[in-house]
Order: sequence, then C-alpha cells, then structure tokens
Amino acid sequence: MKRAFPILAILTALLLAYAFYEAMWVAPMERTMGDVQRIFYYHVPSAWTAFLLFFVNLIASVIYLIRRNAKADAIAVVSAEVGVVFCTVVLVTGPIWARPVWGIWWTWDIRLTTTLVLWLIYVSYLVLRRFSDSSQTPKLAAVLAIFGALDVPLVYFSIWFFRTQHPQPVIGGGGSIDPRMLHVLLLNWLAFSCFALLVCWARYRLELLEREVEDAQSLESLVGDNRLGVKRPGEHSLPLKTNLPLDKNTSRTGTQ
Amino acid sequence: MSSLRSITLATLAKDIRLEWRSKDAINSMLFFSLLVVVIFSFSFDPNAEESRQIAGGLIWVAFLFAAIVALNQTWARELRNQVLDAYRVSPAPANALFMAKVLGNFILVSLLEALMAPLFMIFYNLRALGPAWQLIPVALLGTWALVVNGTFFAAMSLRTRSREIMLPLLLFPISIPAVQSMVEATRIILTGDGAARFWIVLLLTYDVVFTTACLALFETVLQAE
Repeated sequence: MKRAFPILAILTALLLAYAFYEAMWVAPMERTMGDVQRIFYYHVPSAWTAFLLFFVNLIASVIYLIRRNAKADAIAVVSAEVGVVFCTVVLVTGPIWARPVWGIWWTWDIRLTTTLVLWLIYVSYLVLRRFSDSSQTPKLAAVLAIFGALDVPLVYFSIWFFRTQHPQPVIGGGGSIDPRMLHVLLLNWLAFSCFALLVCWARYRLELLEREVEDAQSLESLVGDNRLGVKRPGEHSLPLKTNLPLDKNTSRTGTQ
Repeated sequence: MSSLRSITLATLAKDIRLEWRSKDAINSMLFFSLLVVVIFSFSFDPNAEESRQIAGGLIWVAFLFAAIVALNQTWARELRNQVLDAYRVSPAPANALFMAKVLGNFILVSLLEALMAPLFMIFYNLRALGPAWQLIPVALLGTWALVVNGTFFAAMSLRTRSREIMLPLLLFPISIPAVQSMVEATRIILTGDGAARFWIVLLLTYDVVFTTACLALFETVLQAE
C-alpha cells in the first residue's frame, strides 16, 4: 500500500499538468464569455470533489456512530478538512468568474448560498473538533455532521423559493456543451479527484500517526516515568530514576 | 410513557422555580434585547415603510442573540454539584431531561418575545399590513426551531473549551434556513405583499426534522464524557 503512494503522486502530477494544458490551450474558447470561461474547468471539478468529500464525511460519521470504528472517524476528519479546502476553491473561483460575466461578485442565488452554508457548516464542524479535547469528540462531531446533512436540503428549499441566477448545471441540466469542452471538464475532474485522494491519503496517515502519539503521551502521563521516551513540549529530559509508578504531578516536580 | 412525562414535568417545574426565584436569565435577556433594539434604531433610523421591510430581520436577530443567553445557562446549572453526572447514571430516560430543558427554554424565550414585541412595535412604528394573527404561528414555530437545536448544541458544547462561544458557532450555521423563514414570513406579514404560507410550512418542516433528530441523538450526546 505504501508503495502505491508515490505512484499515485506522480500520476496525479502528470494528470494535473495534462489537464491544465488541455484547459488552457486545447479547449475551444467560449463564444460570449471568452477566456474567462476557462475558470469553469477548475470551478466545477472542485465543486464536485468537495460535495463528494462531504458525502464521504457523512457516510463515515454514520458508520462511526453505529460501529464506533476509529478509522471511520479518521476518514471523517480527513474528508471534512479536504472538503473545506475544495469548497473554498469553489467559493473563490466563482466570484472571479462572476465579476466579468454577471458584473457582480456575489449574488444570493440558490447554488451559491447552499455552497456557502455548506462551507459554514463544515467550518463549524472543524471548529468543534479543534475546541473539544475530550475522547468523545468523534461522537459529537459525527452528530454534528448528521445535523449538517439534514440542514442542506432545507437551505436548498428556502432559497429555491427565490429566483435563481446561477447557470443551469451543464451535465444533466438541459444545457448544451461542446463535446471537446466536456472532455476537458471530465479530464480536469479526474485530475482533481486524484489530487483530493492523494491529499486525503497523506492526511489520513498523518491523522493515524497523531493519534498514536497522543495515545503514547497519555499512557506515559499515566505511568508517570518517561518509559516511552516521549518528550512533553518544553520539558528537558532529566531522567528521574525511580521504580515507583509516580503520578503526573510528582513526576513533573521531580524533573524540574 | 408516564415516567417520561412525570420526569419531564418535574425537571421543568424545578427549572422554572429556579428561574422564578433568581430571574437571572430573563432579566439579562430583556436588557440585552432592549439594548439591541436601541442600537439598531440608532444605526438605521428608518421611516415607516423601510422599517416594515427590515423589522423582521431586526426582531429575529435580536431574539436569536438574546436566546443564546438562556441557552448557554441551560446546562451550566446542572454541572454544579455533578447533577448531570447523577442524571447520567440514573435510569431516567435522557429524552425526558432534554424535553424539559427545551420546554423551559421555549417558555423563557416566548415570554421574552411577548414582552419585547410591543416595544419593537412602538420604536419602529410598526403596523402589520398583512394578516397579523399569522405572526403567532411564525413566532411559536420559529422559537421552537431556535430552542430545540440550541438546547441540543448547548449540551454538545458542554464538552468543549470556551463553551460560551462554541454554542453560537455551532447553532448559527444550522439555523440559517429557520432564521431565513422567520425573517421572510415576518416581512411578508408586515408589508402585506404575498402569502407567508410557504415559509410557515418550511419552518414546520424544519421543526419536525430537527426535533426528531435531537430526540434520536440526544442520548449519544448526553453519554459523551
């Protein structure tokens, strides 16, 4: 498995480079919007990837609540973090495109607003994870993920009531798209998905390592002496020779 | 079922008695929303027609902020003397406790709204052009929407650092559709253009969905330690 990581990394780099070339030079220029339209090859794949990752987060959260599986929770964290990054890309590239085409940076349209609310919900999810330091964080976060998922359709309906300005989705939305453009779009999506997978993978391994370190640290503070050789931040290792299992406080005063 | 109801009623009665004797939450909420009203009226200074357009937003934002005060102290009271831990090990159903807390907050926030609404009417020269009786279901459903999720997230944020700030961070994103429905329904009723039915139905849906979700997941949150 570990050997597959560099292979995926190289493949992703090649795909991203090729997709960039296709999007910038090969794809035909859009008739009315001109070159600005090319941001579409980054905007739409990022959006699809972000939604996919949020969906993965929901599934992982539900699995965690049912099975209490630590790996499901790690997947939930990772997909939420990477999803927020991609969602941010969507929210940044959207206005860059909208300014020259619509003449405004932002409008409270159905897709824009739903994406923004989704982003807000997942940022609050990450804030909860950061601020909660008990061992029950995964449970609370999983519950919040389910609340967020229930909220999204309601947000959608509440804004659906207003007029919508965002262009209809080009795939399955009744719009027509040049087949060459579609080809470039799908190529970019593939490249972005590979990239997301790569980042998630790296982050997932990091998350598992972090948890190992945390477990080791809490074990060390329980045992008292520094048997595992884990250094607390700001602590100089003056080895305290003792055979007694000291508690955390006595051990601290002993070393300082 | 009867034990569920009796435990709910007992906890509710205890909370109301405590609040009645101290009046901590209601006084701070009243003063807080009074301040919001005054500050808003300085910063906008609208005429009668404009204030009809924006009053829905002002009223609900003021109540939302004030409700946070009540919601934050909901569970804090139970942490002293380990009451919550005692509850956790007792065989009493978790949802009875949750419903008691939601009902208590609902009564408190509704009381606040009943006292503050006339003041809003006076300060902003409001007079409903649409069917004014519809403001009552909007207020009840909207308050329930804020309070049911607020009580739930307050229980969640008990386990976090700086829980006072955590509650709004969790509650506001999830409450966006509810707040939008309340504000739009109130604006439509005040200005009298169009029907508020869509927004009332949406609020009702929101209430049903999230009340169910809260009742289904509260035990998980309560047991989280």
